[in-house]
Amino acid sequence: MNSKAINQVRFGVPDDSMVFARGVRKSFGTLEVLKSIDIDVPKASVACIIGPSGSGKSTFLRCINHLEEVNGGVLLVDGEFVGYDLRDGKLYEVKDSLLCRRRADIGMVFQSFNLFSHMTALENLIEAPMMVKGLSRREATEKAHVLLERVGLGGKADNYPRQLSGGQQQRVAIARALAMNPKVLLFDEPTSALDPELVGEVLQVMRDLAESGMTMVVVTHEIGFAREVGDQLIFMDQGVVVERGTPREMIANPQSPRTQEFLSRVL
Amino acid sequence: MSRAETQTPVEDLVVVPIRHYGLWIGTAITLVLFYIVAKALATNPAFDWPTVGKYLFHPSIMRGLGQTLLLTVIIMTLSVIIGAIVAIMRLSPSKILNAFAGAYVWFFRGAPALIQLIFWFNLSLVVREISLTLPFLGTLFSLRTNDFMTPFVAAVIALSLHEAGYMAEIVRAGIKSVPGGQAEAAGSLGMNRRLVLRRITLPQAMRFIVPPTGNETINLLKTTSLVTIIAVDDLLYAAQSIYARTFETIPLLIVVAFWYLFVVTILSIGQHYIEQYYGRSDQQQGVSKRRLMQRVFGIGRMARPA
Repeated sequence: MNSKAINQVRFGVPDDSMVFARGVRKSFGTLEVLKSIDIDVPKASVACIIGPSGSGKSTFLRCINHLEEVNGGVLLVDGEFVGYDLRDGKLYEVKDSLLCRRRADIGMVFQSFNLFSHMTALENLIEAPMMVKGLSRREATEKAHVLLERVGLGGKADNYPRQLSGGQQQRVAIARALAMNPKVLLFDEPTSALDPELVGEVLQVMRDLAESGMTMVVVTHEIGFAREVGDQLIFMDQGVVVERGTPREMIANPQSPRTQEFLSRVL
Repeated sequence: MSRAETQTPVEDLVVVPIRHYGLWIGTAITLVLFYIVAKALATNPAFDWPTVGKYLFHPSIMRGLGQTLLLTVIIMTLSVIIGAIVAIMRLSPSKILNAFAGAYVWFFRGAPALIQLIFWFNLSLVVREISLTLPFLGTLFSLRTNDFMTPFVAAVIALSLHEAGYMAEIVRAGIKSVPGGQAEAAGSLGMNRRLVLRRITLPQAMRFIVPPTGNETINLLKTTSLVTIIAVDDLLYAAQSIYARTFETIPLLIVVAFWYLFVVTILSIGQHYIEQYYGRSDQQQGVSKRRLMQRVFGIGRMARPA
């Protein structure tokens, strides 16, 4: 039995699970940021996480691809631990090379874009496919051009990040994540650093992605986007999941007082 | 009559620049000082310009210049390599490596170069011979310290270790200047630590590393004149050997100064192009030539009202 099947039996992971979290805890020093988080994101679905700042939603996202290590609980991506291997009831930290291979399947889009500033848009897209996946420059470049076209930036391949607007940079960043053919894409407040008139173009790209069947976990303040695109909406506050449901129902009729209060402030 | 003809067109308005009296006084004083110095240089027989001309391309001066350049290149190359290693140790999560790197910088940057130079030259007083003995294989080699610690080798070791102390700090500051998000983004794309350092962090750090490294190279070029004291036949030593015989001290010092300035000028131009290469992702058109002039001659700072 492979590790995926073992995990599936042991933790009761559903067949179609992409992200599976049970009792995930995370502390920074004495500050407990995540207190037993349970979340399920099925394949080809979009989960939107909302909540006030400091609620732990970004931390949870960063735990998914092991940018942060969890302090407890079970967090699986496509049925497997990202930073560990389960053997004899113990979690062994995996080697850097294996961690990198698993991370390569989990795309991440950051609030501050984090495009490699010494590389052109095209070079940003071909770097990891060439260096990590061993694609030839020609293959990687062909694919990169297709992706840049897809995010509406076909003509910007040779521009450096600082020659692009915030919205264009974020679209390049999304294309860069897609260049690795990830199983799941994590978005960490992708539009929070953008001028209001640039938010739309980024959300449009994300909407297209969701329609194409990409599994997405989106931490966002864009309630409209969550309602329209999300398959589930998760409201987090002070390190716990307060409420979850289908976006339309939850936004129209929030159950918890904390959800009501938060939504009344952002809507 | 149309309105345009009755009005003075805006382009014809004359701008009267503000009068910078302080600037004029400063300029006047500078010109007077320049005149005094120029006159002294031209008329004081001690400068003896014909002798300067005679020795400018003298074979032993040329040999000394070659030796100085060779020292600078070897020492700078070694110190960049050692410095980068120490800087990476300094940034490592291991406390021991970190502390070792800290101690390295503290000692080799802190102790005066001249003292380190004399120390390495006299290493045989501390260590008589260096040998490598392995179990089963016996002694692989054994060298008497005095046999290999020539003045040149002592100079290379001493100044490389000293200079590496500075380079370590420059490289460390460069790496720390790259935002953490860059390494995070690379990590999330599945790039391992070494790849991130080589492809993402270091190339961006170079932009911050190159300018101070250029300064260090210029500094080192001149610092190598210290090796004269342990009888390495560098540029200054060559000049000293000549004026010890002929007593034409001042002309020969001018020859030496000329060659140092000449090489520094060449290095400054080279530095400009290297900076431009590593800064190409944030280039603006049209400023480069003016910056070159500024760097080499220090002019162009006083902007005229446009």
